[in-house]
Amino acid sequence: MSKKQSDYIITRNQNSYEVVIGLEVHAQVLSDSKLFSSSPTKFGAEPNTQVSLVDAAFPGMLPVINEFCIKQAVKTGVGLNAKINKRSIFDRKNYFYADLPQGYQISQYKDPIVGEGSVVLDLVAGEKTIGIERLHLEQDAGKSIHDIDPQNTLVDLNRSGVALMEIVSKPDLRSPDEVNAYIKKLRSIMRYLGTCDGNMQEGSLRADVNVSVRKKGEKKFGTRCEIKNVNSIKFMQMAIEYEANRQVDVIEEGGSIDQETRLFDTKKNETRSMRSKEDAHDYRYFPDPDLLPLEISDDFINNIKKSIPELPDEKKKRFIEKFNLSAYEANILISDIETSKYFEEVIKSSDVKLSTNWITGELFALLNDKNLEISKSPISAKNLSKLINLIKDGTISGKIAKSVFEIMATGDKNPIDIVKEKGLKQQSDPKELEKLIDKVINGNPDKVKEYKSGKEKLFGFFVGQAMKASGGKANPQLINDILKNKLK
Amino acid sequence: MSNIIDLTLVDLVENIKKKNLSSKEITKAYVERAEKSKKLNTYITEDFNNALKKADNFDNNPDFDKKLPGIPIAVKDLFCTQNLRTTAGSKILENFIPTYESTVTDNIWNEGAILLGKLNCDEFAMGSSNETSFFGNVQSPVAENLVPGGSSGGSASALAAKLTPTTIGTDTGGSIRQPASFTGIVGLKPTYGSCSRYGIVAFASSLDQAGPMTHDVKDCALMFSIISSYDNKDSTSINFKREDYLKKLNKSIKGKKIGIPKEYRVEGMPKEIEDLWQKGINIAKESGAEIIDVSLPNTNYALPTYYIVAPAEASSNLARYDGVKYGFRSKGKNLIDMYEKTRSEGFGNEVKRRIMIGTYVLSSGYYDAYYLKAQKVRRLIKNDFDEVYKKVDAILTPSTPSSAFKIGEKTNNPVSMYLNDIFTVPINLAGLPAISIPAGHDQKGYPLGLQIIGKTFDEQNILNIAYSLEEEINFKNKINDWWI
Repeated sequence: MSKKQSDYIITRNQNSYEVVIGLEVHAQVLSDSKLFSSSPTKFGAEPNTQVSLVDAAFPGMLPVINEFCIKQAVKTGVGLNAKINKRSIFDRKNYFYADLPQGYQISQYKDPIVGEGSVVLDLVAGEKTIGIERLHLEQDAGKSIHDIDPQNTLVDLNRSGVALMEIVSKPDLRSPDEVNAYIKKLRSIMRYLGTCDGNMQEGSLRADVNVSVRKKGEKKFGTRCEIKNVNSIKFMQMAIEYEANRQVDVIEEGGSIDQETRLFDTKKNETRSMRSKEDAHDYRYFPDPDLLPLEISDDFINNIKKSIPELPDEKKKRFIEKFNLSAYEANILISDIETSKYFEEVIKSSDVKLSTNWITGELFALLNDKNLEISKSPISAKNLSKLINLIKDGTISGKIAKSVFEIMATGDKNPIDIVKEKGLKQQSDPKELEKLIDKVINGNPDKVKEYKSGKEKLFGFFVGQAMKASGGKANPQLINDILKNKLK
Repeated sequence: MSNIIDLTLVDLVENIKKKNLSSKEITKAYVERAEKSKKLNTYITEDFNNALKKADNFDNNPDFDKKLPGIPIAVKDLFCTQNLRTTAGSKILENFIPTYESTVTDNIWNEGAILLGKLNCDEFAMGSSNETSFFGNVQSPVAENLVPGGSSGGSASALAAKLTPTTIGTDTGGSIRQPASFTGIVGLKPTYGSCSRYGIVAFASSLDQAGPMTHDVKDCALMFSIISSYDNKDSTSINFKREDYLKKLNKSIKGKKIGIPKEYRVEGMPKEIEDLWQKGINIAKESGAEIIDVSLPNTNYALPTYYIVAPAEASSNLARYDGVKYGFRSKGKNLIDMYEKTRSEGFGNEVKRRIMIGTYVLSSGYYDAYYLKAQKVRRLIKNDFDEVYKKVDAILTPSTPSSAFKIGEKTNNPVSMYLNDIFTVPINLAGLPAISIPAGHDQKGYPLGLQIIGKTFDEQNILNIAYSLEEEINFKNKINDWWI
């Protein structure tokens, strides 16, 4: 990792503490069927309608690996610049819970499918590389529902057996902001690859957060606490803030940190002890005898490598080099694959600079306002491109374009039609404009006098009057030129 | 013609094909005999009425191209059978009715066979005497109050007593071969990966194999041809070319190199077992086989290794019986309490013992010392066989270190019970095929078996050797219908 120092420091009684964070991200593999059965994985189906005999662990049922999920894991590994392990092993992680039908989760313990890799973050202070420890495949559990029936817990097994990738980072993160950047980058890479939809509301992406603190300059890590199953970036950041400060307080009061698992209470904004190290489960991991070691060939890996699309980092580089965008602009445009697709569609036939401004300005404001993803944008890339071309060729002014944009937002209309229907075409005939300006000058003799005697500020007044007289359609550049001439 | 029940499977098939017998006649004969044989307690679930109906259906619309046309067969209650209760000999599955069929039984029905019912076995196949079954112990047809062996004790007893013309069992550490030896029948444990485990209630996944139990080697070859198939529903199923084992069956033993492992000459082995073994060696030699002394140096470690690996896998495999989804559930104050009561009441003592052993050997701090070491020893045991098979074609040993014992004789001494499997367990650990054939009687008139161990997927070879020895040995089971 880079040596860049973080400025996220907690200070108490003249002592400065650094926060060390590692994440275990659970990303649901984008796949139509489960990791070891052919049941569908669609989110939001009626409870227990996507459950096979294997998922419900009926006697004599056996897991059969879903090759597509393996491809997805390898693909993600490639996207994380990670080592792909040609031999990996599925283990059983044994524990009892009502929503774990087998009584064990099939996971990968000592021999994961993907080894060490890295992710580059774009931070305000510059780039920072975060190490990836490993990525492994595992089954998700079902869902226990405690709040429907007053007496009983209900169990929904739709999620039981769905494939997850657990992506474990090295303890390289140093602040809530870095965690934010890391999760967003991971999400972005997986969405580019199509291996995880990254939908945090639907639980497709969640994380266990390991937090420890140490005095600044100290080399040794402090004792860490693991905050389980946090399902939004905001909550992760809040949990880290709380937990880091709690740990600092404990140390400052002369205490020591107990290694434990904690839960984040989103309502009270605090972490609470869930179980201590002594109470930690003994999962009795051992290789699943129902599954042979997973062996993948060089061909398998190479075919996947060939199918990898341009990833965020490469795209950013290309945008900067080819389109002359600033790093800041490039970052905004590449962070989400749909945004980058939209951008590239618009610039196919439009000016890059204008397109960048319109997308990151007006379009983002509109989407934000309507709380929409860019893939659901009310204005298509094609029509936005047309609008930009109307500005570029002088058919309409930027100001008129904004009102055309507003009309487009109500139903993705073709801006050319709007301009035609509403007669918004820019007035660029110098003779017409001259007539118009003469009227303004003749109508305001005292203002002309004042201007000529040195009150140059009044120039804007004349421009405004001329524009007003044109109904806002006059070409502002021409108005400027003609006025300057006439008022000489 | 002799009595229907005295015919071998191959003869029954021939008689049905020649229309000398109808499926109904045959099925009725076995049902009637089973009705008179309740004392043996071989059946957990009878399906006689359905069987008779299916026999009628077969006779009305026969298909003589099938390999088991209209043949009634009872199977071990470890195979899941669609719409017919499957208990694995346990209270925890006392009322469990699968909606699906195991691949192995499916293969049998697809060849025209008819299900008679489900046969008693040790609970979750854990036992060597059929005394751990929730549904009570099974009597051996050989003598009253004698165990039939286990865990496929109900299968062995039903076959030896002629309540079914053939049956299938499962063998994790000897559960087909030991009861076969105790009751004077033939039992084959196929190569691991030969028969699908799909739909078989799991005991120890890396060791479990289904296999045929039959009156003679010909029947065994026929049954094995039917049940062995590649199955993509079982990730450990192996896709190799399967033979028509019956068609290729011959008595070619001449020139075969047969290994005699010195480590199987265990201390305290009864003289009659020693004599039986020698008899087998002599017959093989006289038939033209070359006898070669070999060594399997890690044999001693097989039993302790087995009793780490098998319980470890079982402790995890049986975690699914938790009262949540199916099977027996006891009321509890909360989830944990419900688990504890369900499993305490639902499992018998032997199953609990193995779950505890298995949980222990997988626990953190013990895993390396037990489970991991056992896996390494397992590899050494496999290597022993690989080494020996460079020199020989098959290995000949006794099937068990003693003949059948009395009911209750060993129930209080699990280790002496486990020692029963000393000759069979190494074969499961190595994943090899082995067949037990009846070869003689002890002084009390109880049957004794010889075991022929083969190379991986070399079932044809050991069937051929067994076929040859069988003819020379000319074993006659002494069953006097004491229970009727």
